[in-house]
Amino acid sequence: MRITLDSEKCQGHGRCYALAPDLFDTDDDGYAILLVTAPDGTLAPEQQDAAVLAADNCPEFAIAVHTS
Amino acid sequence: MTDVQTARTPDWATEFDHTSDAYAAVAPEVWDELRGGCPVAHTEAHGGVWLPTRHADISAIAHDTEHFSSEGVIVNVFKPQGLAPMGYAPPITSDPPFHADARRLLLPAFGPKAIASLEDGARATCRELLDELLEPGVDVVDAAREYAQHIPVRVIAAMLGLPKEDGDRFRLFIHRIIEKPGEHASTIEPEDTLVYYLTQHLQRRRNEPPQDDLIGFLLSTEVDGQPLTNEHIFGTVALLIIAGIDTTWSAIGASLWHLAQSPTDRRRLATDPDVLPFAIEEFLRFYAPVTMARIAATATEIGGCPVAERDWVLLPFPAANRDPDAFERADEFVIDRQRNRHVAFGLGIHRCLGSNLARLELTVAVDEWMKRIPDFEVANPAGVRWSTGQVRGPRELPIRILRTVDA
Repeated sequence: MRITLDSEKCQGHGRCYALAPDLFDTDDDGYAILLVTAPDGTLAPEQQDAAVLAADNCPEFAIAVHTS
Repeated sequence: MTDVQTARTPDWATEFDHTSDAYAAVAPEVWDELRGGCPVAHTEAHGGVWLPTRHADISAIAHDTEHFSSEGVIVNVFKPQGLAPMGYAPPITSDPPFHADARRLLLPAFGPKAIASLEDGARATCRELLDELLEPGVDVVDAAREYAQHIPVRVIAAMLGLPKEDGDRFRLFIHRIIEKPGEHASTIEPEDTLVYYLTQHLQRRRNEPPQDDLIGFLLSTEVDGQPLTNEHIFGTVALLIIAGIDTTWSAIGASLWHLAQSPTDRRRLATDPDVLPFAIEEFLRFYAPVTMARIAATATEIGGCPVAERDWVLLPFPAANRDPDAFERADEFVIDRQRNRHVAFGLGIHRCLGSNLARLELTVAVDEWMKRIPDFEVANPAGVRWSTGQVRGPRELPIRILRTVDA
């Protein structure tokens, strides 16, 4: 499973940072920063539930979880 | 003004009035009915207003700053003109490109980490209010007037550096501006307005030593090497007062109104503390207080309906939040909803600047109330009064306290 963040869509709602603080930080202005270090966003198995939760609660559809 | 008592129900598709008691009493039902039949309603009231009710249309408008200007955000027959791109209360009334700088300078103070530092103070405020509320022998309280409304006033006054004892005055100013726009215009003394109050206060602050609060920051900050204009500072402070108080008060009141009627949800909160963050988001989805507005910048369309240049358009985020095309079981309150892309704080570049603060206030207000008053009910359903206009929440909320826990 992979995760991607579209920073153009992010408006700083902060839902990902609240729900998945191990996967997302915010900058000083409140915009999301993806902490996943794999360049293609590949998630460790223990990160997957939090990733889905973050994506499912982003009002701007800025976070996508890819299963293939 | 109200047609609640008359026999005829308005045809909501063609003659709604969002400032009427008739609409306020049944607004969620009105949105559902319109969404299923005439999803973009129109009224001749207030000089002509459009009301989209589908999530897709509301989202499209919120993201389309080219065709929909924020020069006016509260529907009023006196339609702002010639104020773009700054508008009268930057950044909420600003359009690109002015908007970005006006917003960026406020973002750090309202970011999640800066706001988290206000939690202890906000909890202390809630506890103090509950101590005052729970006098011996009192079993019925007005949770809207005696609890919810004071929390955001005290928090925002502290952030801005305004005296907390001026809270009652802010609330009166806000009521006139938001709930009954235009209605009092001819009868109010000039000295009894937000404009006069803030102009005097800002003038005084300029002559005093700098203070470490938000007004102090606005008075000293620069954009591109230039200090902010007086109009900009005045407009932003007015915005923070107007936008930060009625809205959060409404969300707290609506959440307590819900819990008063749901022993199941009260029990869940009491026994499963992990559900609180999800419950807060579901309160925000189901009882979203804020409907914004735009003015069409050009002739355009909404979901296929032609809209003329300068027409008013309401953005009812609470209606979007109940659209079954966007939410599973949209018409049910699901306390632990896991997939919740609600739009209570809007969408796009005007996403509510204070959303982190509002969430903090709502969370601590509900949490502290539940710790002290775990069981309560609506004392008199006929005594519950919902606000009219673009901010929706209970303004009178008689609650009977059934059980308390000592602090």
